Amino acid sequence: MYKIINKKALNPTVIMMDIEAPLVAKKAEPGQFIILRVDENGERIPLTVAGYDREAGTVKIIFQIVGGTTEKLSHKEEGDYLQDFVGPLGVATHLHGLKKVCIVGGGVGCAIALPIAQKLHEMGADVTSIIGFRNKDLLILEDEFNACSDTLRVMTDDGSYGEHGNVTVPLKEMLEAGEKFDMIITIGPLIMMKFVVATAKPFGTPITASMNPIMIDGTGMCGGCRLTLNVDGKKVTKFACVDGPDFNGYEIDFDEAMSRGRMYADFERHAHDEACNLFKKEVK
Amino acid sequence: MAKANMSLTRNAMPTQDAQVRAHNFDEVALGYTEEMAIDEAMRCLNCKNMPCVNGCPVKIHIPEFISKIKEGDFEGAYQIISKSSSLPAVCGRVCPQEVQCESKCVRGIKGESVGIGRLERFVADWHNTYCTEAPVRPESNGHRVAIVGSGPSGLTCAGDLAKKGYEVTVYEALHTAGGVLVYGIPEFRLPKKIVAKEVETLEKLGVNVETNVVIGKTLTIDELFEMGYEAVFVGSGAGLPNFMGIPGESYKGVYSANEFLTRSNLMKAYLDNPDTPIMKGGNVAIVGGGNVAMDAARTALRLGAEHVYIVYRRSMDELPARKEEVEHAEEEGIEFRLLCNPTEIIGYNNPEDPRDPKNGFVTGIKCVKMELGEPDAKGRRRPVAIPNSEFEIPVDTVVISIGTSPNPLIKSTTEGLEVNDHGGIIVNEDGLSSRTAVYAGGDVVTGAATVISAMGAGKTAAKAIDEYLSNK
Repeated sequence: MYKIINKKALNPTVIMMDIEAPLVAKKAEPGQFIILRVDENGERIPLTVAGYDREAGTVKIIFQIVGGTTEKLSHKEEGDYLQDFVGPLGVATHLHGLKKVCIVGGGVGCAIALPIAQKLHEMGADVTSIIGFRNKDLLILEDEFNACSDTLRVMTDDGSYGEHGNVTVPLKEMLEAGEKFDMIITIGPLIMMKFVVATAKPFGTPITASMNPIMIDGTGMCGGCRLTLNVDGKKVTKFACVDGPDFNGYEIDFDEAMSRGRMYADFERHAHDEACNLFKKEVK
Repeated sequence: MAKANMSLTRNAMPTQDAQVRAHNFDEVALGYTEEMAIDEAMRCLNCKNMPCVNGCPVKIHIPEFISKIKEGDFEGAYQIISKSSSLPAVCGRVCPQEVQCESKCVRGIKGESVGIGRLERFVADWHNTYCTEAPVRPESNGHRVAIVGSGPSGLTCAGDLAKKGYEVTVYEALHTAGGVLVYGIPEFRLPKKIVAKEVETLEKLGVNVETNVVIGKTLTIDELFEMGYEAVFVGSGAGLPNFMGIPGESYKGVYSANEFLTRSNLMKAYLDNPDTPIMKGGNVAIVGGGNVAMDAARTALRLGAEHVYIVYRRSMDELPARKEEVEHAEEEGIEFRLLCNPTEIIGYNNPEDPRDPKNGFVTGIKCVKMELGEPDAKGRRRPVAIPNSEFEIPVDTVVISIGTSPNPLIKSTTEGLEVNDHGGIIVNEDGLSSRTAVYAGGDVVTGAATVISAMGAGKTAAKAIDEYLSNK
């Protein structure tokens, strides 16, 4: 069992937790993920590591309430325990040798982008961060990004905070102005990453996208997390759990990934409603 | 002693009725009664040269345990089996006995062989039901061994070493111990409480099981040695599932057998209101003809499918699955589409509406008819496509069950560990890898194979580890 040491709501639907898991904390690197189960018979869900404290032996997770499992997880409090917590899984983001990087995060994806930005900053790289949210209420981690970015652009879709527009607007502006990044690292909704890739393409800037497909074991056994890459005109099947979660953005078939991500959309909606009803009953 | 039972046929295994069991996840075979077991044991001639033992990968003293059954000493029979096997209740259920011990039985020359597997199962179940005595934990010899993976090879290796006094820790990546026995083999063939019981028995012998530790990620093999383990056995099992490389394999509703079975078995998606989703109902095509394919087909049926098809490119004679599983599948109404090879998976696509929620879901599988041509190098007749014979089977779910490649995590994080072209760890006849004190066995060495061959490998390695550490 894995103890919840700290819990904080970052906005109405995004929650941060520090989980006691010394073995995972010892090894975790930015870009890797963990798999957890809330309770016995619970679903296994992958969450990308949002931070770690090697000395305290804790791993930070940040998640958005979207389905039944994240709803249940959101009702766990400090001092409660999670049934299972395993990792770190996947390959860490390759940061070695990068001098000037643009991080493009969207929504809760910013939580995963943050440790990458922090690590790059520690390494002495020049970090530009573009973080985007639907509106002001959903904004998270602005101060943290400010602390580790040489340039920070905060975007909201409705203009209720920061600049009006989505993350591709400043990216395009910078690339057109002649900014040369060694790498763009993008993490967020698939549709956003697809357009970030499309924006960068004419400039040929190398781009890494962090994928978060449906997974079960996370150790290269089930193949549920497979995605298709187009490598030199050839279709190649890769597994996000062991080959990723980071991939060359130009090679990813985002449309297929988006379609596969919706496989259980009905089930998820139903499970979320069920979980909500359950908690409402408990309150009564 | 009573005279031998010279009946040419063995005692039939009581089973749940096919029409009933096709709709539940309870065990299909119900097991012999004491009377049936004794009657069947009487068919054993107690041959002096024991041909059956040579057919057993772990060399169970078969005539000896059967003699105990004849005497009604079921616990005595169990003690004899447990000298050679750490998982008798499992083997009695999932071993392909017809090509192992039973294939060598003298009674099989004229009539049916003795039901050795059924007797083994009976004895193990009898012990688990009636024996309350905890196994005696041997005195520690002070040596520590780490086992990677809690599947059949790992548990066997752990059990054999623990019985010799080694302090053994088994590291399991998933949240439950048992490996393929819990994520792969379905409840109706191997109830999970039986696996749990076998693991519990090992724990009573002093084996320490740590779940949620992925060796190669959470800890490396080198760190295990730093932690004080003197030898490591790697039984991390099958890895990435193979796909066919035909168009449409990314449509929603296409699963690998590993994923489909893991969702149902380990994650219990077969229960009402599960936390883990799975596609249920409709028509389902399973591609492949092994035991895993049969398990997937029968699981799909129990999840409520209307039609379940086994699509296999050779004929009935070449089906690699255990005979009993094929028979059970046929009885339950699984439809065999033999000499058929898939060429494409078809998905729904509404050109008018890209947001149509049905877009991207499977609607059918296109196949081509095959005929058997010349024998290949292994002597199996090679299936050849018949021109212009393409046809489509309308299905909602496709489960690809054409094997796996060994797990990649350990080789990628262990320096000096040599692997073959298929990614399998290279070992010598003792199970020793290219790294000192690192042994391996099971699917991570051979690629997908049987539970019992993995157990055999675990046993061989345990013996070698014991010799290595005793002489160190």
